[in-house]
Amino acid sequence: MKGEGHAVCLGRDIDTDLIIAGRYLRTKDRSVWAAHVFEDLDPTLAGRLAGAVIVAGPNFGCGSSREQAAVALKEAGVVAVAAPTFARIFFRNAVNIGLLVLECEIPCHEGEAVRFDLDEGWIEAGGTRRPLRPLSPRMREILRSGGLVPYLSGGHG
Amino acid sequence: MGTLAEEILGAPAGEYVDRRVDRAYAHDGTGVLAREAWLSIGTGAFPDPDHRYLIFDHIVPANTSLTADLQKELRVFARQQGMHLSDVGGGVCHQVMAEGYALPGEVIVGADSHSCTLGAFGAFATGVGATDMAGIWATGETWFRVPETTGVFLDGALTGAAAAKDVALAYVSALGMDGATYRALEFVGEGAGGLSMADRLTLSNMAVETGAKAGMFYADAVTREYLAGFGHAVEEQTPVDGYRQEVTLDLGDIEPLLALPPRVDTVCPVAEKEGLAVDQVFLGTCTCGRYEDLEAFARIVRGKKVTVRTVVVPASRAVLTRAASTWVLPALIEAGCAVGTPGCGPCLGAHMGVIGEGEVCLSTANRNFRNRMGVGGEIYLASPQTAAATALAGEIRSPEGCL
Ligand code: SF4
Repeated sequence: MKGEGHAVCLGRDIDTDLIIAGRYLRTKDRSVWAAHVFEDLDPTLAGRLAGAVIVAGPNFGCGSSREQAAVALKEAGVVAVAAPTFARIFFRNAVNIGLLVLECEIPCHEGEAVRFDLDEGWIEAGGTRRPLRPLSPRMREILRSGGLVPYLSGGHG
Repeated sequence: MGTLAEEILGAPAGEYVDRRVDRAYAHDGTGVLAREAWLSIGTGAFPDPDHRYLIFDHIVPANTSLTADLQKELRVFARQQGMHLSDVGGGVCHQVMAEGYALPGEVIVGADSHSCTLGAFGAFATGVGATDMAGIWATGETWFRVPETTGVFLDGALTGAAAAKDVALAYVSALGMDGATYRALEFVGEGAGGLSMADRLTLSNMAVETGAKAGMFYADAVTREYLAGFGHAVEEQTPVDGYRQEVTLDLGDIEPLLALPPRVDTVCPVAEKEGLAVDQVFLGTCTCGRYEDLEAFARIVRGKKVTVRTVVVPASRAVLTRAASTWVLPALIEAGCAVGTPGCGPCLGAHMGVIGEGEVCLSTANRNFRNRMGVGGEIYLASPQTAAATALAGEIRSPEGCL
């Protein structure tokens, strides 16, 4: 599991209400969440997320358990989210829907290329390579299956 | 002996465990995606439906045709699977579960971030998202990383106009919004033992506001007596000594507090913001919508009139029934409060009690994120007592002069 993308820099404590507002939750149409992702933070952000690696401050995804937050990012084309710490429900949700989450300390420069390799455990940006905090073996397997649904329907658990 | 989380999960902090889930619940919001995910898993298995609960609380009654259709689908699903169904008007999921379902020592998972509320009973209770819930529905179990624990020592007793909500704001601000990420909180000490079940539920409820996965009290005589009221005989739990990380609060020092928008950990004494005009007061939620909260509010507004729009949403049907059978509900209605269907009400800003651009709401809820109750609105969080004093004054006001 490796990948790369352009950095989109965000601050600390980005809550799930900011990722996708409560007023957009009542639908099953995933494109709605992708269209309105980060709307209350910066309405221009949604257009910059395809192929992006979000590099955020600590406590990314705090707040509600709404899985739509992780789904919105994935649907918008986010390759991975990197942050020093994540709110734990967001972290589980991301793994469960197959969105890559990278726990690490890495400086962020908007637009610059970010590369990572989850199996080898590193992330690289602007010539700096930093280690990733390892995921548990279970989380890695779930991610490798593409999420919890394919993991469980594939006979695990 | 380990911490309560270690004892219940059966392994030391840092280990990963698979645990059978004693009780699992979802609501009309998370239930929709959980149902989709469960159908996609496709095994058709739904073990232990007797301990699976679907609770309609987020948008009740339904506000649009779309919501109504989603809820209809979910209701049919719950019946097909043989789950407990708490339909429109039953109340907020965490409060419904607190009314005789959640028990000490259990592993309880809710598809909602405030499922940590039930840690008040000495259960390991935590929140997950929709797909995790679908996995639990399908397999009966889930994995956990056993958390390290932060001990929150409470000394002394509350005095004056200070309430459990003020203690909650005090510990959230002491720890910060990510001060306990991946950890569990344990509320211990003499001060903890002196708190009622309603107060404990308020404290446990806000644990997730520090990033914690659980916020637990040890079951004691107070827990036993409360649960005896629901026909359960439970055993007390023995606290461990020694936490690697500790916070100490003297309840006697707590004064009425306010969390300023948009961060729940930015807290100051109510006295510092007195005079700030508000447009709406909201009393309710899984944090402070219990009978004791309505009563504390009613004690202050009784025989007077609120001067701003005031929305009161009881946390459950049992709360509403009790308030209706005492002086409390008539006092609220006569004071000019608008009383809504038990549930989450305006808390999530999705269907009712939404505030307008530039408006200020003083709320007894647990979150004041930007735009949560309406685009461009601001939310101050406080106790029911502060909410009542503020509702009367039309501006932020400490309840201290009202007692
Ligand atoms: S009352 Fe508010 S915080 Fe509690 S479950 Fe409902 S929406 Fe969430």
